[in-house]
Amino acid sequence: MSHTNVDNMEEIYRIGIDVGGTNTDAALLDSKLNTIHTIKVHTTRDVNEGITESIRRLLAESSVNPAQIRYAMLGTTHCTNAIVERKHLGKVGLIRIGAPATTAVPPLADWDDTLKATVCPHAYVVHGGYEYDGRTIVETDEEEILDCFLKMKGEVEAVAICGVFSPVNTSQEKRVEELAKQVLGADMPVTLSHEIGSIGLLERENASLLNGALLNVIAGVVKGFEEALHTYGIDASLYICQNDGTLMYSEYALRYPILTIACGPTNSIRGAAHLSGLNDALVVDIGGTTTDIGVLMQGFPRQSSAAVEIGGIRTNFRMPDILSIGIGGGTIVRLDETQDQVTVGPDSVGYELLKRGLIFGGDTLTATDVAVKLNRYEWKDAQTEVLDESICKRADEIITRDIEEAIDRMKTSSDPVDVILVGGGSILVADKLEGVSRIVRPDHYDAANAIGAALGEVSGETERIYSLDEMSYDEAKEDARSHAIEQAVLAGADRDTVQIVLSEDIPIAYLPGNALLVKVKAAGRL
Amino acid sequence: MRNHKLTELNEQAVQYIAVGAAVLGTGGGGDPHIGKLMAMEAIRKYGPVRLLSPEDLEDDALVVPISMIGAPTVMNEKIPSIQQMIKPLDMIEKELGRKVSAIMPIEVGGGNSLVPVITAAERNIPIVDADAMGRAFPESQMVTFYLDGIDCSPITMADERGNGVLMHAIDGVWEERMARAVTIQMGGSASICDYPVTGAQVKQSAIPHTLTLAYEIGKTLFESKELKQNPIEMLLKQLNGYALFQGKAVDIRRRTEGGFTRGEAIFEGTDAKKGRTMTLFFQNEFLLATEDGHSIAITPDLISVLDQDTGMPITTENLKYGARVSVVGFPCDPKWRSPKGLETVGPQYFGYDAPYVLIEQLAAEKGGAE
Repeated sequence: MSHTNVDNMEEIYRIGIDVGGTNTDAALLDSKLNTIHTIKVHTTRDVNEGITESIRRLLAESSVNPAQIRYAMLGTTHCTNAIVERKHLGKVGLIRIGAPATTAVPPLADWDDTLKATVCPHAYVVHGGYEYDGRTIVETDEEEILDCFLKMKGEVEAVAICGVFSPVNTSQEKRVEELAKQVLGADMPVTLSHEIGSIGLLERENASLLNGALLNVIAGVVKGFEEALHTYGIDASLYICQNDGTLMYSEYALRYPILTIACGPTNSIRGAAHLSGLNDALVVDIGGTTTDIGVLMQGFPRQSSAAVEIGGIRTNFRMPDILSIGIGGGTIVRLDETQDQVTVGPDSVGYELLKRGLIFGGDTLTATDVAVKLNRYEWKDAQTEVLDESICKRADEIITRDIEEAIDRMKTSSDPVDVILVGGGSILVADKLEGVSRIVRPDHYDAANAIGAALGEVSGETERIYSLDEMSYDEAKEDARSHAIEQAVLAGADRDTVQIVLSEDIPIAYLPGNALLVKVKAAGRL
Repeated sequence: MRNHKLTELNEQAVQYIAVGAAVLGTGGGGDPHIGKLMAMEAIRKYGPVRLLSPEDLEDDALVVPISMIGAPTVMNEKIPSIQQMIKPLDMIEKELGRKVSAIMPIEVGGGNSLVPVITAAERNIPIVDADAMGRAFPESQMVTFYLDGIDCSPITMADERGNGVLMHAIDGVWEERMARAVTIQMGGSASICDYPVTGAQVKQSAIPHTLTLAYEIGKTLFESKELKQNPIEMLLKQLNGYALFQGKAVDIRRRTEGGFTRGEAIFEGTDAKKGRTMTLFFQNEFLLATEDGHSIAITPDLISVLDQDTGMPITTENLKYGARVSVVGFPCDPKWRSPKGLETVGPQYFGYDAPYVLIEQLAAEKGGAE
């Protein structure tokens, strides 16, 4: 499937790497975004080893000159794992600009005590904040704030600042940042909540705190990635994937690590779109243990509108809307003989599939065994004769039905949809599914996530409350659009390629002047 | 139905009530999440709150409802302070020249079901197990006290800065107009005490045991998960409710009119309802349900949208394309079915063309037709 391209010394290449729970995938693309080569290696305990190995093999097998690689993109689960496992998290000092409001719920109210102690030894609520229309509630008291920073001195590695209605008026947060640097030094990393999340104080505050706690983690990731590239003579611009399907400069990622969370499914969706040429479809990504289904809308994943919990903490920054079900290539199939009932999962043999699957001489009936027995997929030397065909057929019915149901849940109407199948486990699926107009199985389907990582668009966003008594609907949307476009250009997008990729508005009840919450996202090529 | 008497609101009770209140909120009333966090924090700080049955109130006791008024979106951002939750009560006591014996929720739906816990915990006074709606409604006059001609004044309001407003309104409709204007000046969200009532008036006019009801609903939804039973069936049995529809949200249209979010949600039927279409009309709350053009539940009867798998309630704001839901209906308190009740919260008030018919009757007719 791969071919080399050593003759073309003018060509500029890019590599994309996606670190998943089981595999680290890497892809090499040319300037027209054609896939030159893909690689799959096991994710190692020290994640950087897997990354380095994937780069080594990519270069060796494709014979591309490392000097011609100009862009390098990394999608990683480092930050997600750090929060879930509560390891390597830094200590953050929090300033909430909220008093006299907001005091009925103190910071970190819904955090468990261990995490609270690990992440945030210092949290203060100081005077300040804005109304929904940007009016000042009360002025900040700089002495009070300086005093808080003095108490934090030497005890925190980062600062998070979250003010009431800061997405509407950013001035107070910016001023408090100056005070933080004044006391704690110009190098002290500061997270401003308005750059992280949307309306909803506690969720935005939580997201800002987690962002601060992840700064060490992302710094390690970027450093490891730089070293790996350097080792192989690659001098490229570094980008980190974020969970909306666009990229961040590595310098930007160093400030906003929280935005890397859940970029894996997003990369699959973007990769699937690119490989299939479709812009609107459902993407079904079947891995070893789970199937993740996302919605591709105008080339980007649909975002979740609800508050999202990460490691048990409610946050509200943008996340892809993904439905996961417990079906993958390693999913275990069982027969309950007393009840004559076949069950599928939810447990899986995971990365031990090649050892434990029956067709490989193992002891466990898996979904992959079923697919090979039913001739969905050919595997050389597969020991299919040991498999009971009727059990396989019954298991297959369950797998098909579960996937069909999950697809249906993610649809926006009852009309049939196109489905793009990606991921190593996509061989499990029959060629016909109910409610699906067409199944597309693109080339390089098993490395769609790495290809998605390499594609690289950068974006900018606006989220703001407008009063439609003061301006027309069109003026409000135009203001939001131009702000989002400027943000995208600031993030590195080529202005000529910037497009609006998401635009939605939500009327807000019980506010005067027909208040409207407008969200716009723009994205463009590097 | 109540297998034990709830006499105290602790952290566990607050968690149950938050879920039950979202069911009784019929899609509106705001997300109880902030109310829940505020109440839990207050209980941690000041201890559990005593819950009084309305029957246990002295006839001449002074009982004051307290709630938040304004935009839930604002409250989720500009969270109140504890001081702000006490000030309206202090102002009422000063104006009336006597101490408050107990406080109560004005509505049991959504966030306001738990707002009184903060004030009660801090002041160490009990909460009455009753409210004046038995559900959630969007406007101040939509309370049983208004139906019974009880004076809504004095009305006191406060913001987080320390501003307080004392108002006298000739009735609940004027209260709604004036309090709404004050709320805007206070930044879109304010605390409010209205309808200071006597123990006798609570017994005569309020809807009793609704906090216990919310508690029981929440408990059922949590326990059904553990017992692996169908939460929706358990809930219907508990509330004498009707399974109105099962389906998938396929279109949601929202618009802002007069400061409210109004709209329709269209559902395509699944399972037994395959091939049928339901439309839910809402103004903050779900107010009218039609199946293939025929009414199947009408305000003031309660319409709740529940997640088909978990039974957890879904608000009008959180309803989105593709949601798999069971829509259920419950009879409202008989007070709402009086002529004045229907004038205040019936379908015509909200601008719908459908005449009000009891949900029991609609269900019986439908049962007969099929």
